Amino acid sequence: MTMQSQARVTRWTRESKFALGACVLLLAALAFAPLFAPANAIDKLTTLFIYVILAVSWNALVGYGGLVSIGQQAFFGLGAYATIRLSDAGLNVYASLFVGAGLVAVFAAPLSYLMLRLKAAEFAIGMWVVAELAHLLVNLDTLVQGETGTSLIALNAYATEWRRALTYSFALVAMTLVLAAVFALLRSPTGAAIQAIRDNEEAAAAVGVRVASAKRLVFVIAAAGAALAGALWVATAVTFQPKTYFSPQWTAYMIFMALVGGLGSFEGAVLGALVFFAIEAAFGAFGVWYLVGLGAIALVFALSFPRGLWGFVTERTSLHLLPTGYFLDMKARDADR
Amino acid sequence: MDLLNTIIQGVLLGGYYALIACGLSFMLGVMGVINLAHGSLAILSAYLIFTLADRFELNPFLGLVVVVPVMALVGAALQRGVLERSARGGLLVPVLSTYGVSIVVDNLMFEAFGADTRSLAPFLDDLAYDSWSLTDEISVGKLAAYTLGVAILTLGGLQLFLSRTAMGRAIRATALDPDTAGLIGINPRRVNAVAAALAGATVAIAGAFLAMRATFSPYAGSMQLIFAFEATVIGGAGSLWGTLAGGIVLGVAQSLGATLNPQGFFIAGHAAFLAVLFGRLIDGNSRAKLSLLWRRSPAA
Repeated sequence: MTMQSQARVTRWTRESKFALGACVLLLAALAFAPLFAPANAIDKLTTLFIYVILAVSWNALVGYGGLVSIGQQAFFGLGAYATIRLSDAGLNVYASLFVGAGLVAVFAAPLSYLMLRLKAAEFAIGMWVVAELAHLLVNLDTLVQGETGTSLIALNAYATEWRRALTYSFALVAMTLVLAAVFALLRSPTGAAIQAIRDNEEAAAAVGVRVASAKRLVFVIAAAGAALAGALWVATAVTFQPKTYFSPQWTAYMIFMALVGGLGSFEGAVLGALVFFAIEAAFGAFGVWYLVGLGAIALVFALSFPRGLWGFVTERTSLHLLPTGYFLDMKARDADR
Repeated sequence: MDLLNTIIQGVLLGGYYALIACGLSFMLGVMGVINLAHGSLAILSAYLIFTLADRFELNPFLGLVVVVPVMALVGAALQRGVLERSARGGLLVPVLSTYGVSIVVDNLMFEAFGADTRSLAPFLDDLAYDSWSLTDEISVGKLAAYTLGVAILTLGGLQLFLSRTAMGRAIRATALDPDTAGLIGINPRRVNAVAAALAGATVAIAGAFLAMRATFSPYAGSMQLIFAFEATVIGGAGSLWGTLAGGIVLGVAQSLGATLNPQGFFIAGHAAFLAVLFGRLIDGNSRAKLSLLWRRSPAA
């Protein structure tokens, strides 16, 4: 027969099929958590879901788009602000979360043309300038009243228990959407193009990848993810103080999660969010020293373990739970003989 | 007259921005890296000079003489310990690692020096408020004028160093092609460490003038990084005299913005930065279109 039948190219391994099934089951089980889990656990899980959204969307930007931004708090803050504005205009508060994030993504599209002119570190700080400007402009809105801030008062229409369960459910839905969207994107032909850009931009352009449009797509998706996280955050925190939402601390968290989990790996981003969530729960009370520790750990990972914790796993076990690439199945070749 | 005064004050403020941008622009120009801990290191220098003045009653200008070599060493250590290692990982790793450094430095300063806002102005006697009157309505602060003068001297000195000295030529050669520079007997690691030390020294000077003309606190570094970056990009990345022009454009934009709205100071600065970027985008596009037209016209 032809050469092609000798080895088979596959995407799925037995482990990865099992892992995807386990993920679907876990998400389904999580959907029922509000029925039996204590209120405290529901709040914590909601926070975890938001961290996963932040980690996955920032990881898509840096790990796949090759773009480091120190200004994702721009979209986080604008997502929260859009929610406040839409809800104030009479839209249902939970619908506002998603419509608001969508509007921010629409705003990010033209912005991408401007910002993607900048390279590497220039892009990183350029985005920070955008975040500062967005912060200052939001402060001018009379509804926000400068740094005093405002609240998502429409949430008061819901009883506390009901509100907790609803916010939890929408955070779960949002996380599932972001995970599914990024996973589907990375496995699509565009995703292959994006990963080629990550590995070598010039080489990718040389084989016909449309580098600019692929990067713009990743930029907009990352913006939408950060905006959705910001919108959900204001739904859990209720109060909106611009300083808190437009703080570069959010980007610092995203960097930490993506670096520790593993840059450019889908599983790594989720792992990073889990690790960050655990570290925050254990050491968050240490305040300034906790932040020193986060910065130091991020520094060590950047210098010595750029592939993160998930990199350790894949190097030793070649385990791919949610593969975004392809495998050459040599066993299939042997069986065909 | 008010407008003229605003512009003059903006130009003087631009002198400070040129000074803080100097080291950033230098590192970007010769090594192609941006140190995101740049602003935090300026604040660290400010705290060191403040501590010398507060505890040991050392005049801030003498304190600066002590702190410049210290910050030069810090710059070289940062190059050897962090930037050199990160550069091997590609373009993105230095961004992540130096951002990590800035978080560590900011929070350690908070732990060491507390949350209080500080200034060197109390240690400067008359200089803190002395001024020359140009007309009845326009006066120029002496400290602001000295800052502009020091910025010009620092940028000019770096320019002369790069163009006239053997080490300056070695730095430029290493920037162009480290491997070939190595072939002709230049040690790229040593040269890059010297360049980073120079950048560290300019950061110390910028930190001192920041602390003399204004107040500072542990987390003020990120804003100084942003100002330095804006001045560098407005002036054209990597060009030292461009950085002076960029600082002045930024200072004038901020001073004009401040006359419109209390928050206008910062808004106008950021907007000027984005406007310059946008201008380059339009310029690039129209040039591309023009070249297309030009190529097509003979056939038509």
